[in-house]
Amino acid sequence: MIKSKNQKSKVTRWISWIIILMVSLFAVSFLSLCIGSGGFYLKKIIFAIPVKGTAEYAILFNIRLPRVILGFAVGGALSLAGVLLQGMFRNPLVEPYTLGISGGAALGVALSIVLKIAKNFGLVFMPLLGILGAGLVIVLLYSLSVKKKLFKIYELLLCGVMISFICSSFLMLIMAISKAEDLHGIVFWMMGSLEEPNMIFIWITVFVSILGLIASYFFCFDLNALLLGEEEAIHLGVNVERTKRMLFIIASLLTGISVSVAGIIGFVGLLVPHLVRMFVGNDHRILNIASFLLGGAFLIFCDTLARTIISPLELPVGVITGILGGTLFIYTILKKS
Amino acid sequence: MLNVKNLVCGYPSGFTLENINFEIKRGEFLGIVGPNGSGKTTLLKAITKIIESETGQIILNGQDIAEMNFRNLAREIAVVPQSFNMEIGMNVEEFIFLGRIPHRKVFQFFETKFDEDIIEDAMELTDIIQLKERAVNNLSGGELQRAAIARALAQKPHLLLLDEPTSHLDIGHQIRIMDLLRKLNSEKLLTIIAVFHDLNLASEYCDRLLLLKNGKVHSLGKPEEVLTYQILEEVYNTLVVVQKNPTSGRPYIIVVPHPGKYPKSKQ
Repeated sequence: MIKSKNQKSKVTRWISWIIILMVSLFAVSFLSLCIGSGGFYLKKIIFAIPVKGTAEYAILFNIRLPRVILGFAVGGALSLAGVLLQGMFRNPLVEPYTLGISGGAALGVALSIVLKIAKNFGLVFMPLLGILGAGLVIVLLYSLSVKKKLFKIYELLLCGVMISFICSSFLMLIMAISKAEDLHGIVFWMMGSLEEPNMIFIWITVFVSILGLIASYFFCFDLNALLLGEEEAIHLGVNVERTKRMLFIIASLLTGISVSVAGIIGFVGLLVPHLVRMFVGNDHRILNIASFLLGGAFLIFCDTLARTIISPLELPVGVITGILGGTLFIYTILKKS
Repeated sequence: MLNVKNLVCGYPSGFTLENINFEIKRGEFLGIVGPNGSGKTTLLKAITKIIESETGQIILNGQDIAEMNFRNLAREIAVVPQSFNMEIGMNVEEFIFLGRIPHRKVFQFFETKFDEDIIEDAMELTDIIQLKERAVNNLSGGELQRAAIARALAQKPHLLLLDEPTSHLDIGHQIRIMDLLRKLNSEKLLTIIAVFHDLNLASEYCDRLLLLKNGKVHSLGKPEEVLTYQILEEVYNTLVVVQKNPTSGRPYIIVVPHPGKYPKSKQ
């Protein structure tokens, strides 16, 4: 394949962005491994990886490393879900939370706690019900948008916001009538945390998010065509119906697994794609991977802050992403105008 | 090339096209004209399968479009829409590259040299090569229209559909676009169907005109057959005088103000 100068410069630009993002991801991960309530281990990590059996080893490999891995997977998954949904609806405000997908997942998880499904039938049912909840919201949104064929975006967005409200009301209802021990479980989980003792869940999350990233690349050209509008995408030969259905499925899997394992972590799916668009542009061939990488790095960074700011206590990571994300978001909008 | 047989289609809201029949040959330039709400755009949407037909057939090169998938249809037919989302954060060149999407091979991730030659050609034909680095949302109306045509040409279509290609342009740009379409039509043998509001432009450039009224074909024929004052006064419900353009011999429509003289529309 012979490429002209223009094409080559585009490819080089994209590769440099990926390298930059990879480097920052590793830098943030390394920082996160070094910092924590257990003391400062920077020197120790650089000069000698702790020996098995020591306390340092346990902290590093059993506590910090799993969090970094989960942060990468969840941050990437949420950002990617945001990118896919925004691309599909051509609206920067669309993300798993504003469409109510996270709300559905949260409701599913809360039900699994209150109804003791997770306790009685195995912990796997918690994320499973989360994905089911996300899936149900998606099916609802999808059937709404299919019924009216080329459905108006703001109507769907409004529906999503309303679904989100309804879900959180039900969540409050559940909390109001549940026992103290369940309530604690729900509140703890809802605040959002990357602390996950079960390594299997972490690997499932990593697997699903990477799978989502790969799957999203089958639709990157369809998403590029959708930038122009749905009718224009049809004119460019995109089967819009099918593409939307598949993207919906991918986005609900990504959101469902993230919310089930890490709880409600807001703003990542809104902020990260927005930032990435400002730097790399709207071409989904680079946008998808770049958002995934930045999302992972961003969440690991936020989690590191959450662990250290009021150390030895810990903040919910959602607090950090909300404050940091929201402020940065307003700042970038103000700077732009 | 394209044969529309007994087409009936419409929106759930009630508006329908009824019993549309026409044929267009390879290399022809057909203009679709008619009053607001007569179904011009609907007809274009039926040809690109955005609206499904209820009965009747649309045959493209011997194949029923109902049996073609969107991708194969997009390799045959390109559309220049009346408007599209311009806030795409792309420059003109990237925008025109989107036109290569229907021709992409399954595992092709980057544009090939072949793609590049095609879009280079398209930009040269439409005279926008000097704008290729400009952001799409910074283009003027005329430039944007030329970029949209270039993107359609990048699809290497056999049939080009345009929805009111000159409606937002001043007369200089109107003529520039129309001359470009004529050039594509005569030199590249591209078959063109375009919706017009401006009857004089349609008269001047089209081989034949299809006049729609209330979702039905009112008349179909050469401009001098369709654009008579009897037909126009009936269809548009207004007074006109039809003369000949002294430079081309084509019909030329002059509007006649007539406050209070003419009966109100019956619709």
